[in-house]
Amino acid sequence: MSTLRLVAVGWWLQLKMRSRSSFDGLLSIVYPMFFATTIFFMYRENGDEAALVSAAVGASCMGVWSAVSTTASTTLQGERRQGTLELLVGSPTSFSLVIVPATVSMATIGLWSLVATLLWGRVVFGIPISFDQPLVFVVAALVLAFSLGLVGFLQAVSSVRYRSAWALGSLFEFPVWLICGFLVPLSILPDWVRPISWLLPPTWGVAAVRDAALGGNAWPDIALCLLTGAAYAVIGVVLARRLVDSARVNATLALT
Amino acid sequence: MPVIEVEALTRRYTTRTGFRRRTRKDVEAVRGISFEVGRGELFGLLGPNGAGKTTTIKMLITLLLPTSGSARVLGHDVVAEPREVRRRIGYVFGGDKGLYERLSGLDNLRYFAELYGVPAREQGPRIGELLELVGLTGRERERVEGYSRGMRQRLHIARGLLHRPDVLFLDEPSIGIDPVGARELRQTVASLTSQGTTVLLTTHYMFEADELCDRIAVIAGGLIVAEGTPAELKSRVADGHVVEIEVFDGVGDRLDAVRAIPGVTSVGVEDGGHSQLLVVRTDAAATVTPAVLGRLDGLALGRVATREPTLEDAYVELVRQA
Repeated sequence: MSTLRLVAVGWWLQLKMRSRSSFDGLLSIVYPMFFATTIFFMYRENGDEAALVSAAVGASCMGVWSAVSTTASTTLQGERRQGTLELLVGSPTSFSLVIVPATVSMATIGLWSLVATLLWGRVVFGIPISFDQPLVFVVAALVLAFSLGLVGFLQAVSSVRYRSAWALGSLFEFPVWLICGFLVPLSILPDWVRPISWLLPPTWGVAAVRDAALGGNAWPDIALCLLTGAAYAVIGVVLARRLVDSARVNATLALT
Repeated sequence: MPVIEVEALTRRYTTRTGFRRRTRKDVEAVRGISFEVGRGELFGLLGPNGAGKTTTIKMLITLLLPTSGSARVLGHDVVAEPREVRRRIGYVFGGDKGLYERLSGLDNLRYFAELYGVPAREQGPRIGELLELVGLTGRERERVEGYSRGMRQRLHIARGLLHRPDVLFLDEPSIGIDPVGARELRQTVASLTSQGTTVLLTTHYMFEADELCDRIAVIAGGLIVAEGTPAELKSRVADGHVVEIEVFDGVGDRLDAVRAIPGVTSVGVEDGGHSQLLVVRTDAAATVTPAVLGRLDGLALGRVATREPTLEDAYVELVRQA
C-alpha cells in the first residue's frame, strides 16, 4: 500500500512539475503535431482513406513516444544539475520506484498530444475517426502510455552512471516511429526489422490503439504491450541497481 | 557504542583524460582517517577546500563507496547495509541546489516524506511542525524558485529532519545565509543535539564550530591533523599571542620581512575592502609588536591590537603545519 502511495505521489508531483511550464506544454503538443501534419498531407495525396485514418491514429501516438524518449534520457541529467539526484539515490526508497513515476508522468503528458493530434486531424483535415470501442480505446491509450513510461525508465537509468547517455533519447526517437508502425504498416518493412519491432512495446501499443479506434480486437495487443513493457521494467530494475552501485564507485552522481 | 565509527577510511578518485592515449590520474581525497562520534554529540569536521570533508560525509551517507577502510553508522556498515543507514540518517548540503524549483516548499517536503517512508497520517503534522521550526509557516505554498537563499536552506533543514533521523549530517549548512539566518540555524542545530540527535557538521566558520561543536577534527590533505574539544585545540596555540595591524596602503612585499622576525609563527592578510588586516601569530615568549611595526615603517597604519588566540588561529596553525 505504501509503495502504491509512493508511486502515486511521485507520479502526481512529477506531473505537476512538468506541467508548470506552458512553453514546454505547448512544445510537447505542437512538435509531434508538426510531424503528424506532414503525414496527413502525404496520405491525403495518396487518396486511400483507410490508410489515412490508420496513419492518423498512429501519428497521434507519436507524441506519447516523443514525450518519453527525449525527456527520459535527459531527466536524470536535470536532477544532477539541480542537485537532487544524490538526494534521490541517498533515500531509503529503491531508485527504480523513484524513477518509474517520473517517466510515466512524461508519458501522461504525451496523452495530451495524442488527443490534440486526433482533434487536429479531425478539424483541419477532416479525417473521419469514429471510435467503435471508446472504452477500449481509452484503456489502450493508457496502457500505451504506461508501457512507454517503462521503456523511458530503462532509458533514464542508463544515465545514472554515464552522463552522456542522454543522447540515446534523440537517437531512438525517430527510428521507433518507423519500426514500431506508428506511420506505416509493419508489413511493408523488411523482414529482418519485424523481430526488432515485436520486442518493442510501442509496436503493440500503437496496434492496440489502432484496433480500438478502427473496430478490431485490441485486447491481445494490449496484453502484449503490457508484457513487453513489464520486461523492460524488470531489465531497468536490475540495471538501475548495478548502475547506481557503479556510480557510487566512480563518483559520477554529483558530476554535471 | 559510538554512533559513527570510521576506521582507516580511504577514498581515491580516478580521472582519465585523452582519447587515443588515455592517461589515468589518481587523487587520494581521504587518506586513512579514523574517528568516532558518540550519541548526542555534535562533531565538527573542519578543513580547507579540497581537504576531504565532503568526500568523508558522502561515504558516511552511502553516496560514495570507500576505496578501503570501513565506516559504520548506528552499527550498520555503509557499504554492506546502505539502506539501513539511509533510513536512520538525514543530510543537508549547503547552497541553493537540492530542491525542486517548480514545486512549492510543501510539495518538496511531501515528496521527500514519501521517499523516507514517513507514514501518511504523520506527514501533515510532521511537515507543519518542521515548517514552524524553520520559520517557513505561511510561505509553504509558494514555489521554491521564489525563495531566498536563506529560505531554501531552511527548507533543506526541514527536509533533512522529516523522518526524525538519529544522525544528521550537515555539510556547510550556513553557507550563503545572512547573519540572522545563520544564528537561527545554529540555534536549531543546538536544539537538535539537546534532543539526542547526533550531528556531524562541516563548516568554514570557526565561530560556528566553536559555539556548536562538542569535539572537532581538523582535516587537511585527506588526513586528520588534530582532534579534540574546541578548548583543547585552542590550547595548542594558547601559549602564543596574535597581533593584528590595520594597513591602509597594502602590505605588499613587507610580508617576508615580518615573517623573518624571531618568534613569529605565521603571518596572514585579510582583505577588508579599504584596508588590509595583517594577522601575526607569535609564540609565547616573543614580544614582536615593535619589530613588526618597524618592518611596516612608512605605511599608513590604523588600529594595532594584541589578543588571545581563537579557534580560527588554532585552525590556521594546524592547517599550516599539515
